[in-house]
Amino acid sequence: MTRLLFAVSALAIAASPAFARDQIRIVGSSTVYPFTTAVAEAFGKATGMKTPVVESTGTGGGFKLFCEGVGENFPDFSNASRAIKKSEFETCAKNGVTDIVEIKVGFDGLTVASAASAPDVNFTKQQIFMALAKQVPDKDGKLVDNPYKMWNEIDPSLPAQKIEVLGPPPTSGTRDSFVELVMEKGAEAFDSLKAMKKEDAKAFEGVWKSIRTDGAYVEAGENDNLIVQKLEANPNAYGIFGFSFLEENEGKIKGAKIEGVAPSFETVSDASYKVARPLFIYAKKQHVGTVPGMAEFVAEYTSGKAMGDEGYLADKGLIPLPADQAGAAADVAKNMTTLTADKVM
Amino acid sequence: MSNNALVKKRYAAERRFKAYGLAAIGVTTAFLLFLILDIAIKAMPTFFVHEATLTVNVDPALIDAANPVAGDYLGLTKKALAAQFPDVTSRGDRKALNGILSAGAADGLQQRVLADPSLIGKDVTVPVALNSGADLYLKGYATAQLSDRQKAWLDALLEKGVISKGFAWNFLLNGDSREPELAGIKGALIGSVLTIIVTLALALPLGVAAALYLEEFAPKNWLTDVIEININNLAAVPSIIFGLLGLAVFLNIFGVPRSTPLVGGLVLALLVLPTIIIASRAALKSVPPSIKEAALGVGASHQQAVFHHVLPLAIPGILTGTILGVARALGETAPLLMIGMIAFIVDVPKGFTDAATVLPVQVFLWSDLPEQAFQSRTAATIILLLLVLFAFNALAIYLRKRFERRW
Repeated sequence: MTRLLFAVSALAIAASPAFARDQIRIVGSSTVYPFTTAVAEAFGKATGMKTPVVESTGTGGGFKLFCEGVGENFPDFSNASRAIKKSEFETCAKNGVTDIVEIKVGFDGLTVASAASAPDVNFTKQQIFMALAKQVPDKDGKLVDNPYKMWNEIDPSLPAQKIEVLGPPPTSGTRDSFVELVMEKGAEAFDSLKAMKKEDAKAFEGVWKSIRTDGAYVEAGENDNLIVQKLEANPNAYGIFGFSFLEENEGKIKGAKIEGVAPSFETVSDASYKVARPLFIYAKKQHVGTVPGMAEFVAEYTSGKAMGDEGYLADKGLIPLPADQAGAAADVAKNMTTLTADKVM
Repeated sequence: MSNNALVKKRYAAERRFKAYGLAAIGVTTAFLLFLILDIAIKAMPTFFVHEATLTVNVDPALIDAANPVAGDYLGLTKKALAAQFPDVTSRGDRKALNGILSAGAADGLQQRVLADPSLIGKDVTVPVALNSGADLYLKGYATAQLSDRQKAWLDALLEKGVISKGFAWNFLLNGDSREPELAGIKGALIGSVLTIIVTLALALPLGVAAALYLEEFAPKNWLTDVIEININNLAAVPSIIFGLLGLAVFLNIFGVPRSTPLVGGLVLALLVLPTIIIASRAALKSVPPSIKEAALGVGASHQQAVFHHVLPLAIPGILTGTILGVARALGETAPLLMIGMIAFIVDVPKGFTDAATVLPVQVFLWSDLPEQAFQSRTAATIILLLLVLFAFNALAIYLRKRFERRW
């Protein structure tokens, strides 16, 4: 017994000295995770350095860790499915993380999809808002609890199906993007709500951010594969998830047109499909030189064989940047141009 | 009611109860069978893999003998594949043809050449990995990843006997990867083992010492009661709380490195400690007091009586409790989220302070990736995890039977 106790304390002592880090550490968005991991692996193979550790913490959780400080106990990169917020940037600055490099790496399209056997549909953002918002304006522009049960009650051109949409829960970055890209724009299509936005922006935000809870919108968890499986089983339902899942399950499910444009590699890339968001990685410039491989990793990420039209990230479902933006991203990566306070919103 | 009718009624009640019981067992078994069958069917594609066997000419122009690491092995492999289809010449077609290869197609070749540099300039016959889409197609699954031409090429290679099916060693021998055909569970398995070693080394001695003291030596007063109640409550605390505690104490105060088996083991040790203390106390309590009293009667001290007689008799019960506690720790993911073990880690951990992940976390990570082939890897990992847990439980039963004494 005493010997065992001894062994335990020896173990504890052996672990306590500060470790010198020779491995890049990355935290952040679960949406960017599949892409950053691919780059990390390619980087490890190409350079012979240790493969970076990539944690999937969510965008907000990632920034929290990233902004905690400078030093080997804090991550070198943060993945993000949205741009850094002013509050996060300020937290960073307060903790001494002053030199942040923002690199836009590509786009992720959000799709509203259904089983391949379901009828083709063409939604407008306004229709999606009417189907999913907790409160919608009635004929006189007064807000009432959402009365719609069937799609064709919203617009006769839509199928006579019960409204049933499977989507991510409020903790998800995908949900944040969905409400911002679809629900907010859908709400603005109503004159009464547009007027409300001018008068009382807070109340307006409450309207488009609130999704109905009477069963028409089903929170299906963070796992997009699960939503795909449920759609296959139920041709009357629609699901909301990232474009890469649509591409990977082609033949089983199909994406609905939004504002007349069907989601595809080309339409997201040229921005004609409007429900898409940029993806970012943020680098801590202060770690360049202390943690080996920082510059090489960024170079690998922005290289043509990774981020380009035919690169391996495109194979993984990332939608590449148009040529001018890709060039700009490569420049930022090469010069490690830091983010200034006036560029953060 | 006559006596006879009452008896009949009682028999009927008993029969009904038996039927309910059977139905309950039937439903549970059906659920379990359905679950296991579903997982097993989904896992099938993972255990076997199609590989092409190609003869590659290790061209000294592409592989510099002075620096063989930097050679273009993938280029050589692509050339060898192109040699199988001399009529495929246009750049676009060649690209499509190369599309059936895995990103790690040349890994085997590279290892061979690095191990034996004399192969440079010679012809080497090596197995070449196909990508997961090609593998799925050859197994007869629908896949959207391949064009009809690529499918025709694969059929042709199969006919020529270039492609063969074998056991997927990659799955057992590789670390994690973003290419499904290269991804394996070795990293997670070793991570699990290292984590459990730390957990056991900490929780077993602490738990047994605490149980011994509380059961045999502690004065019976209100303080002991408070400690007892708290230990019992601790056993029911949700596991994520232990993760938060680990983040606050081990990572932020003591500066233990993040994502390592060391910190994972520490957190899981806290998690199983109450379970071990409760099980050990129950085992100590079940030793008949007459044995201890006899030892005291012949002049042994209290400590001698406990260590020489009570503890050895309680060991089977303590071990069973410990193993069940460890089996629980082995299946936990929630507390590891907070301490950074939910991560993509390619390199197989070599020690307690290397970044690592564990089996249930690997299940969680793979289940969320879009590639079809990862779905079957998820199921296969679940099966492996179940086997490990099954082995642990079998060990607990064996130990109990082996050392059990009756009085």
